[in-house]
Amino acid sequence: MEKIVPTIRQAMDAKGYSRRDFMLFCGLATAAAGLELTGLTQVIQAFETKPRPPVVWLHFQECTCCSESFIRSSHPIVADVIFDTLSLDYTETLQAASGFQAEKTRDDCLKNNKGKYILLVEGSIPTGGDGAFCMIGGKSSEQILKEAADGAAAIIAWGSCASNGCIQAAKPNPTTATPIHKIINKPVINVPGCPPIAEVMTAVVTHVLLFGKIPELDSQGRPKEFYSRRVHDTCYRRPYYDAGLFVESFDDEAARKGYCLYKMGCKGPTTYNACSVTKWNGNLSYPIQSGHGCIGCSESGFWDNGPFYKQMESFPGFGIESTADTIGAVATVATIGGVAVHAIGSAIRKRKVIQENMDESVNLHPSIPPPAPDKSVTEMHETNGGDENGKSSS
Amino acid sequence: MARVVVDPVTRIEGHLRIEAVVEGGKITDAYSSGTMVRGFEKILKGRDPRDAWAFVERACGVCTTVHALASVRAVEDAIKISVPANAELVRNIMFCTQYVHDHVVHFYHLHALDWVDVVSALTADPVATSDLAKSLSNWAKTSPGYFSDLQKRLKSFVESGQLGIFANGYWGHPAYKLPKEVNLIGVAHYLEALEWQKEIVKIHAIFGGKNPHPNYLVGGVPCSFNLEEVNAINTEKLNYVGKLIKDAMNFVEQVYIPDLMAIAGFYKDWAGIGGGLKNYLVYGDLPTKGYAYPEHFKFPRGAILNRDLSKVYDVNGKDENEIKEYISHSWYQYSVGDGVGLHPWKGETEFNFTGPKPPFEQLNVEGKYSWLKTPRWRENPMEVGPLARLLVGYARGNQEIKEVVDGALSQLAVPIDALFSTLGRTAARGIETRLAARWLKEFYDELIGNLKKGEMNTFTREKWEPETWAAECEGVGLSEAPRGALAHWIRIKDRKIDNYQLVVPSTWNASPRDGNGMRSAYEEALIGTPVAKDGEPLEIIRTIHSFDPCLACAVHLYDPDGKTLHQVTVE
Repeated sequence: MEKIVPTIRQAMDAKGYSRRDFMLFCGLATAAAGLELTGLTQVIQAFETKPRPPVVWLHFQECTCCSESFIRSSHPIVADVIFDTLSLDYTETLQAASGFQAEKTRDDCLKNNKGKYILLVEGSIPTGGDGAFCMIGGKSSEQILKEAADGAAAIIAWGSCASNGCIQAAKPNPTTATPIHKIINKPVINVPGCPPIAEVMTAVVTHVLLFGKIPELDSQGRPKEFYSRRVHDTCYRRPYYDAGLFVESFDDEAARKGYCLYKMGCKGPTTYNACSVTKWNGNLSYPIQSGHGCIGCSESGFWDNGPFYKQMESFPGFGIESTADTIGAVATVATIGGVAVHAIGSAIRKRKVIQENMDESVNLHPSIPPPAPDKSVTEMHETNGGDENGKSSS
Repeated sequence: MARVVVDPVTRIEGHLRIEAVVEGGKITDAYSSGTMVRGFEKILKGRDPRDAWAFVERACGVCTTVHALASVRAVEDAIKISVPANAELVRNIMFCTQYVHDHVVHFYHLHALDWVDVVSALTADPVATSDLAKSLSNWAKTSPGYFSDLQKRLKSFVESGQLGIFANGYWGHPAYKLPKEVNLIGVAHYLEALEWQKEIVKIHAIFGGKNPHPNYLVGGVPCSFNLEEVNAINTEKLNYVGKLIKDAMNFVEQVYIPDLMAIAGFYKDWAGIGGGLKNYLVYGDLPTKGYAYPEHFKFPRGAILNRDLSKVYDVNGKDENEIKEYISHSWYQYSVGDGVGLHPWKGETEFNFTGPKPPFEQLNVEGKYSWLKTPRWRENPMEVGPLARLLVGYARGNQEIKEVVDGALSQLAVPIDALFSTLGRTAARGIETRLAARWLKEFYDELIGNLKKGEMNTFTREKWEPETWAAECEGVGLSEAPRGALAHWIRIKDRKIDNYQLVVPSTWNASPRDGNGMRSAYEEALIGTPVAKDGEPLEIIRTIHSFDPCLACAVHLYDPDGKTLHQVTVE
């Protein structure tokens, strides 16, 4: 019966990929896993013989909004993902078994698929307090993460918790909540957002399987496919911004006409995410479209960049050719050797300066009156792009 | 005697651990421990109160929205504003949407595998399954070919040897009682519900921009109505909401309720198991004449003691003698001593972990053993949730609630006492989903009526600027999350949050015992629960899941000396 279900190799054949492509894919997976070259054969064999790649989904300090978002995916629908595409061998949210039986599914998967499974992590790790702030099965979250990361072929950090610490890492970070890339010495694909968009989550997973390679990442380890544009750059209300037409108060006449929410504190201009293009819940809406400014939930440290309803006086970068890397270029220069390059190794192309980078000044469109100085906004600029949470621990 | 530890308890939100003592095939004592903490209360201090909803909304992504609602109400109570009628209606529509979504997902994806044996479905007869399905409801997908194709898909999945989420399940356990055909219907609707649930939440996306975690606003709702504008909530968006409501009513009436009733009919023995506490607490929700008038809530407010449905006590979240939180067995410390109970307005959140350093095998249940505090209402442990809501509504003589409760009881041919059980809790969730779906339509129609009259407002502007607030003020936001009574208390000083405390449903239900040794709801409900098979905690998770926990938990098995066993020894 196993032959009925296509293996990764068969699936790639069917999509027209050559043996060479397949070898390249396996090489990338091996590099990503940090395995010795001798492990390459093992990885090739794994994807050729396993009908569906084994996946372990861990939960730490989180609210499960990432899992909830994942099951909202409209394309592909999640039933097809978990029954046809992947073998979700451990997931506390959905699996039938509890307790000992649940832990056994995880331990068996790690043991039997060393170097061949994909690790998905939802939640941050509290590194202090002797591990007592998050314990599962009597073990600390840090111990569980390290054990699972050890033999993973690829690691994806779901959401802002795992990518940058999110709410529990907001000041004063009472439980020393830490993003996973600071703890494990391996490649991590960061998929931030609170939560990330459902279709972005399923796309990141299937990107690896469909195209046989890890998506290109920016300096913060985020797939460029979804995190290279600011919400502001592709916002359908952008023309109102350019025309200087703003909402001045919730539900005023301008709000009822759908003008720009910049003055209501919208963080779209400093937030890298796919919301205004991919949108939410089957391409239906996104926060700005429903009348509330973006709170910047995919940006590191966004909880401390508020208050949410305070107008940003200015923001770095201008024009849609700006990317997170170019805007954060100065601030991130010290971290370029950090998470992305270290993490993905040869699997990604090296970060290059975008040649078409336009005016990087903080000058706004002439139609907007020059802002008055404001301390809280200045602080936000300093943390944008190259914040400390984007650094690698290595 | 054996100590059974379940950790992690799966198919829940969060991290929950259950330790239970089993004697003679039944549980004689139990300990419930929340094993994760984030410290929201500390993070909120000093923030802009208008931002609080977004922070606390992240307390839970499964019951997303409910904390945001409790938060904006707490702030509005403190700064003394009420919201426009349309804003209340949009909040009610989002509230009912959350109920319908959350309860359906709980039933099929978090709870069904406790009752439905997936492996048994492999050998069901598709024709008999089709006949049975047609006898249960008018749902369209009931042909023999449909069930036959599904069964083939399931077979090829199982035969691949990669069982994924079904691996190591308790298949074949003697506590599974459903005929094969009911199991196959259960699997079919597991998949259908998985696909449908992503639709109903689009109502949140329309009014709140996204789901999970849609946007809320102190003073109203962030969306605006404009029937002459493509850039606001207009006729097309309203039609979309109307269509989603209609689909939701169909799914609830044609799939969820028939499945619930069919499955419950085979598990009537569970109407005598898992009753637990005899006290029920409800804050009430769904204002029909404004939040200030709880007597007009769809879910009435009140408390019941000792299962006496002839008397309902009034509940006041602001009375400092009513709700108090204790920490005798919780990993916190109070400046006034750990034996004292504090009203949330005076609440403190100082960590004091005294448990075993991980990795460990067993908690010290004589001392502190959970990250949850222990709330009490007039010193009583209380159960909260759908069952409590229906009981208080029933005891208050609410006609809508009486009608659906009596209808379900008569269909199952069981007395009202059957509700005081694991099965009763699971049935109550379905029964109130029928109401939530109907009320969705009611609130939607009322909203359309308002717009027809030209009433467009969604936001109260007068107290938006913090300069308009009193220098010091305090408020409480009471709500009913799908899992039960939820409240947020806020103290505002100099326009910043001075103190913020959340007492959530799972704190009531999953908390450790109090200083007097009185158990909370999970612990009490497990007493007497049978454990039929060594090493398989199916019955334990059945009762725990009937509460729809908002924590992640775990079960391990311990012997009387505290050594971890991976088999429960039943004497």
